[in-house]
Amino acid sequence: MSAVVIPAGASLRNPWLVIGKGVLMALLVAAGVLVVYPLIWMALGGFKSNSQIFSDPFALPDRWSFDNYAAAWNQGVRNFLFSSLLVTVVSTITTVFISAWTAYGLTRTQMFGKPVIVGFVLGGMMLSPTVALVPLVQMMQSLGLYNTHWALIILYTAFRVPFTTFLIRAYMLDLPRDLDEAAMIDGASEGQIFRKIMLPLCRSIIVSCIILHILFAWNEYIFAMIFTNQIDVQTLPVGLTSLMAKHGTNFAEVFAAMTISALPIVVIFFFTQRYFIRGLTEGIGK
Amino acid sequence: MASVTTTPTSNGAALSGAVSNRSRWLRHGLLQQLAALRWGIVALIIVGWFVYYPIVDNLFVSTTTQDIFTGEVAYVGLDNYRRLLDDPVVWRALTNNGLYAVLSVVFQVFAAFVLAAIIEGLRSRAWRNFWRAVYFIPSAISTTVTGLLFYFIYQPDIGLLDALLHLLGLQNLSYTWLGDERTAIYAIIAMSQWQGFGYSTLLFTIAIQKIPRELYDAATVDGAGPLRQLFCITFPLTREMTGMMIIVTIAGAFQVFNEVMVMTGGGPNNSSQVLGTWLYEQGFNQNDMGYAAAIGVVIFLATLTTGLLQLWYTKRRRVEA
Repeated sequence: MSAVVIPAGASLRNPWLVIGKGVLMALLVAAGVLVVYPLIWMALGGFKSNSQIFSDPFALPDRWSFDNYAAAWNQGVRNFLFSSLLVTVVSTITTVFISAWTAYGLTRTQMFGKPVIVGFVLGGMMLSPTVALVPLVQMMQSLGLYNTHWALIILYTAFRVPFTTFLIRAYMLDLPRDLDEAAMIDGASEGQIFRKIMLPLCRSIIVSCIILHILFAWNEYIFAMIFTNQIDVQTLPVGLTSLMAKHGTNFAEVFAAMTISALPIVVIFFFTQRYFIRGLTEGIGK
Repeated sequence: MASVTTTPTSNGAALSGAVSNRSRWLRHGLLQQLAALRWGIVALIIVGWFVYYPIVDNLFVSTTTQDIFTGEVAYVGLDNYRRLLDDPVVWRALTNNGLYAVLSVVFQVFAAFVLAAIIEGLRSRAWRNFWRAVYFIPSAISTTVTGLLFYFIYQPDIGLLDALLHLLGLQNLSYTWLGDERTAIYAIIAMSQWQGFGYSTLLFTIAIQKIPRELYDAATVDGAGPLRQLFCITFPLTREMTGMMIIVTIAGAFQVFNEVMVMTGGGPNNSSQVLGTWLYEQGFNQNDMGYAAAIGVVIFLATLTTGLLQLWYTKRRRVEA
């Protein structure tokens, strides 16, 4: 390694580049600390006593006790978690199924008026939930769905089908037609082709869509706040604010509740990053 | 398809045969088409009923006043819109949404781009994945959690921010960030940037990865330094993503709701009000549904404009490609 063989090696000797690199690394680390530290502070806050949170905010907890976590859990977090889980799971299934179904129809069948349907369904991506709030409240009340999990499941499905259909449709458009055409010649019905050929072929984009939808449904706030008003129907984001209103002075407990609420989604994100990023690439990169 | 091959002739029998053939085809085709429609009908119904219809209905509601207790609805024409123009809080909210848009473009587009370029410049793949994931974490968490967290962080005297200022010996900078009319909206926007910039960084890293590596290799051989490469390769080749991100970010800025709701509820004295929270306040706290619907129309117009802009942008891009 005596002689400089690669020009890039030579550039490393340039002091300005070394300094520049150092500055960039420092920037990266500083931004990282800025991003992560508040979250660590939150999780640690759940272990501290109320007084310690404020007396020495930077210290580690005096003793590692799960009392606050247990208290938060029994204060309603258990109910909120159950509601969140139910609404998320059901709306994920309905959204992804309806979207895959529609995407198949829009790419592989002889459906009448396809361009219009494509425009209509995908156009829904542009419409913001806030705008529809007032009429939706009246609608849900007249349907008798106000303050039920169904209201949230239906709304999450309706507002996410356009985006999810968009992702799956883009993926299906790129799939070669050989397999399903061969199946058609062999006499398979459209339903069979959808179930036995297209769904397995689209597995990876479907996993991406599932993860993106979970992320959305677990964190959604406006609909959840407006369409539910009782502790046994409220999801985590709404439950947290009501917990805050009721036990707001018991900071440690609120911190614990916040951590419980954030943890599942962070874990899911870490384990499914690959699919998650693929979904985003499909959506934005087209 | 093959059934309509009979050509019309002057022969009556053949004609009637063609007609019955056609009607059979029509009946058969209609049935087939109806059957094919099952692939689209589910999405059409659910999206039409719960997304499009309420947005159209909102236009009608905005021309009425509704008495929440008697259920009486009165048509008032454009009164709600006249009121809108005279409502100082609406203008305040619009300004705040605008501030949101500008600052979000600075941080979530340009700062995120720089960060993405730094990350993708790292040699080790593992480190690239690591940093992308780290920055993204806040975006995976709900705005309710992060909003509450920053509500605590901003608390004067007891919050993390003041503790940090004390640690640095800057205690005279300590301040009631969320409690002061001058700073509340900025404190909220700062939280949003903290939460959102990892998301756009991730998207930019995806865009940068799509640039062929040979371009960089060639540039290195030609003696172009990293800065030169950033401005002559990375930036121009991610221009599409940048354009897209600017539009999406602005659209998002006009739909802001959660963080404002959780941290200040629009206060103090409406100073941090945005269109979304003002709609909520009018509709659900003041029970003035008609007026709330009119505010909804303003949000609709803002998001529709950005949406169409986005559509035009993708179309143009595709034509160019």
